[in-house]
Amino acid sequence: MIEPVALLALAVAVPLLASGIILGTDRWPRVRDTLVVSGAVALLGVAWALFLAFRDGARPRLELTEPLPGLALALELEALGVLLTLVAGTLYAVTAVYAVGYMRANGEPRQGPFHAWFALALAATMGIALSANLFALFLFYEVLTLATWPLVAHHGDEKARKGGRTYLTVLLTSSVGLFLFALIWTWQAAGTLAFTPGGILAGQVEGLSLALLLALYLFGVGKAAVMPVHRWLPAAMVAPTPVSALLHAVAVVKAGVFTLLKIVVYIFGAEWLLSQPSASWGVYVAAFTVVAASVVALRQDDLKRRLAYSTVSQLGYVVMAALVLVPISLVGAALHIAAHAVGKITLFFAAGAIHTAAHKTRVSELGGIGWRMPWTLGAFAVASLSLVGVPPTVGFLSKWYMLLGAWEAALWTVLAVLTVSTLLNTAYFLPIVHAAFFRKEGPVHGEAPHHGEAPAMVVAPLVLTAALTVVLFLFPGLPLTLARAMAGMTS
Amino acid sequence: MTAHLPILPVILPLIAAALCLLLPWARAAWLLAGATTWAVFALAAALIHRVLDQGSLVYALGGWPAPWGIEYRVDALNALVLLVVTGIGAVVMLYARRSVEREVPRSRIPLFYVAYLLALAGLLGITLTGDAFNLFVFLEISSLASYILIAQGPDRRSLTAAFRYLVMGTIGATFILMGVGFLYMVTGTLNLYDLAARLDGVEANRTVRAGFAFLTVGLSLKLALFPLHLWLPNAYAFAPNVVSAFLAATATKVALYALVRFLFTVFGAQDVFQNVPLGTVFLALALAAVFSGSFVAIFQDELKRMLAYSSVAQIGYMVLGLSFASVTGLTATVVHLFNHALMKGALFLAVGCLAYRIGATRMEAIAGLGHRMPWTFGAFAVAGVSLIGLPPTAGFISKWYLVSGALELGWWPVAVLILLASLLALVYIGRVLEAAYFRKPSVAEELQAEAPVALLAPTWLLAGANLYFGLDTRLSAGVAGEAARALLGGPG
Repeated sequence: MIEPVALLALAVAVPLLASGIILGTDRWPRVRDTLVVSGAVALLGVAWALFLAFRDGARPRLELTEPLPGLALALELEALGVLLTLVAGTLYAVTAVYAVGYMRANGEPRQGPFHAWFALALAATMGIALSANLFALFLFYEVLTLATWPLVAHHGDEKARKGGRTYLTVLLTSSVGLFLFALIWTWQAAGTLAFTPGGILAGQVEGLSLALLLALYLFGVGKAAVMPVHRWLPAAMVAPTPVSALLHAVAVVKAGVFTLLKIVVYIFGAEWLLSQPSASWGVYVAAFTVVAASVVALRQDDLKRRLAYSTVSQLGYVVMAALVLVPISLVGAALHIAAHAVGKITLFFAAGAIHTAAHKTRVSELGGIGWRMPWTLGAFAVASLSLVGVPPTVGFLSKWYMLLGAWEAALWTVLAVLTVSTLLNTAYFLPIVHAAFFRKEGPVHGEAPHHGEAPAMVVAPLVLTAALTVVLFLFPGLPLTLARAMAGMTS
Repeated sequence: MTAHLPILPVILPLIAAALCLLLPWARAAWLLAGATTWAVFALAAALIHRVLDQGSLVYALGGWPAPWGIEYRVDALNALVLLVVTGIGAVVMLYARRSVEREVPRSRIPLFYVAYLLALAGLLGITLTGDAFNLFVFLEISSLASYILIAQGPDRRSLTAAFRYLVMGTIGATFILMGVGFLYMVTGTLNLYDLAARLDGVEANRTVRAGFAFLTVGLSLKLALFPLHLWLPNAYAFAPNVVSAFLAATATKVALYALVRFLFTVFGAQDVFQNVPLGTVFLALALAAVFSGSFVAIFQDELKRMLAYSSVAQIGYMVLGLSFASVTGLTATVVHLFNHALMKGALFLAVGCLAYRIGATRMEAIAGLGHRMPWTFGAFAVAGVSLIGLPPTAGFISKWYLVSGALELGWWPVAVLILLASLLALVYIGRVLEAAYFRKPSVAEELQAEAPVALLAPTWLLAGANLYFGLDTRLSAGVAGEAARALLGGPG
């Protein structure tokens, strides 16, 4: 058994080392691809061991260095962090298999650096998940932005460059201009940045200042894609599909909402925010994002873009639920991080499988494709239902908790938004499923008219993640325990 | 021997310069210059260790006691500057052999190293001396040597650049000399610490004010504070790559050190920032430097010019910290002095690798080269991220102190401007990286390979230092904080 403290270090070190080794073995693609997968599996092992240690009551803390007086680069085990570690670790293991299959099947260039950046991004995500204070989190947050830029601009054509530019500009502008500013402000006001149950700002910042600080965080954590700081997300869809899948359904965006949730719970303190009427506006900004992004998603014909706007809307759920502030709603927010991750990654995997097998990227081209690729589109249907919130999928559970929270807080607007957006989700997902199975195939143009499923390495992962949405509905104990621990609700 | 520690860093390069003049072989001259620089670096390390351990060291030159003889005094501030200058020199010397052989005619190489050693001796002299006139003399030594170094650039435009620098530099030096003269007229002393003590007793009359003004303007010219920076871009752009890296990382820093020394040790913060509105003036000029330098850098198509304009902006940050006149602000200045040397040194060395391989440093030439020269552009990326000021690099530490300093005073618009300005750095660094990594290479460059290890190793040494000092700041921020507290604690 490895010491819990060592596990903390390993969670960041394993993907970091894997990144270097992948780059070093680039000359032998078979060796390299084996290492990509085994590195991911090793990380999953570490994540699982961290969860077991957490369950046994271990709360290890690891201090690496102290770059600024009082501000240490430290890692610590905490409930929500364990949840993100598990989500990212599990889905990375699946994605690694998918990514190897996808990159090979599509003959992508520069696969070595691609997988290396990918692993580095995971190292940063693990760092974010396990940070003991907001300073360390910010550090890993910026590393994540920089490590994913090469992935977004991977193709190197004009479109990819433009997408990469938007991605980098929006994320860095928001984080340096607003997030960092808020960070230093918090540091000066509270004299600490440690994640503390109950928050550190109670009694320190209030009234108008509090509203301003909340705005700085809400729009500064650009990865959470609260409108109008969401532009980077659709722009990043130029990336190869495995990137969109993991980074823009799991690691990057989840890092964003995770950060906001951490800030609400451990920096502001949910109770302090609840007691301050000046902070009540945030929930409406998130609510607007939920509805507006869904409406935009309705009108996208490009499948990946539709999924991107759906992500913006789903992230809005998490932020909104976090800002409802009552404990049960916080549980819903944490749960939705896991629920959306599993569902959305399936959808992106499916989009990639369709691209690989049929070279189709538009919703309007998908007529009848379900009969050619039954596994892929079947999984797509299950994941869609989860995102809409239909039982027996995990999406239903998170939505249930959010509804309970809104009810308890007596926020009728939020209740209405949850209802309306469920309808909108249905309206942009189900037509795809309907067309795939019940509409005639359009006239065939281009190559590969008689395609079947994509390669097994591409299809197996997405079936697995689709199954996971149902499994998590039936056995929600694990994420639920962690979410309740974070919200301070002892079960 | 150890008693003479404070003077040795000046004496060694001076003697080596004379010896180097006698050497007819390029390789031997390089070896001598390199060995000297490394020896001086070791001395600097020993000195800073001592100073941190035992407090300031005082050394009377020739055994003549202070007010009459020349005094050398080493405290936390100049020990740190000494370490920066010699450290950069040591790394640059590792790099110099291949690079200089490529850019300077073989027959002139020994003379090149003579000029380098003189420049080094001059810079170290300014840093260590406690005597105003001695400081002026070393300033001239280092300036004259740098004019020669810049003029060695492979492009003929380096001559006009060096001449322009000479004209501006001479004006600056003259101003400084006049300032020193005025102060001498009032107080009858040239020792910096003696001056500080005697100025305290003197009523601020016009002569003191004029001396103060001459000194400030003269030093601002040497450190290239906007709008006195016009000599800098061409000088850095056309100098040999080794010289650009060395001067960009050291020369302006030493001038800044001299300014800090005069303002805080001699005149005292009280006098400078309360009786004279220098804080406001510096604040305005520094912000103008930051924004104008960054904006112009965005539109440069030649990498060295781009980096040179970026230097103007970065100097702005350092002066901005000064204008706060607080411990945090001054710490930011000194930390950034340290960190900027690392980042700009690494960037210029990386561009030097590029020039060594493809003979060009223009934006068009680097398209797609990121994949062919991964180490060169990797170093550029790391140092670039540091320049933008993102964690986990040294640049972030500078930015943190600077923004904290502004917020501490309640100057939040200034804090916002600082953060906005770092986004401008993102634009010009991002342009380069985007072109190098995500543009299709032109056909002519198909066969380019990576730069030789002899160039890459020193480049990565500095790039790695950017990462290291982003995480372990005991040496940079720790000593800077100590220096800042000492400077604001009162004269002497």
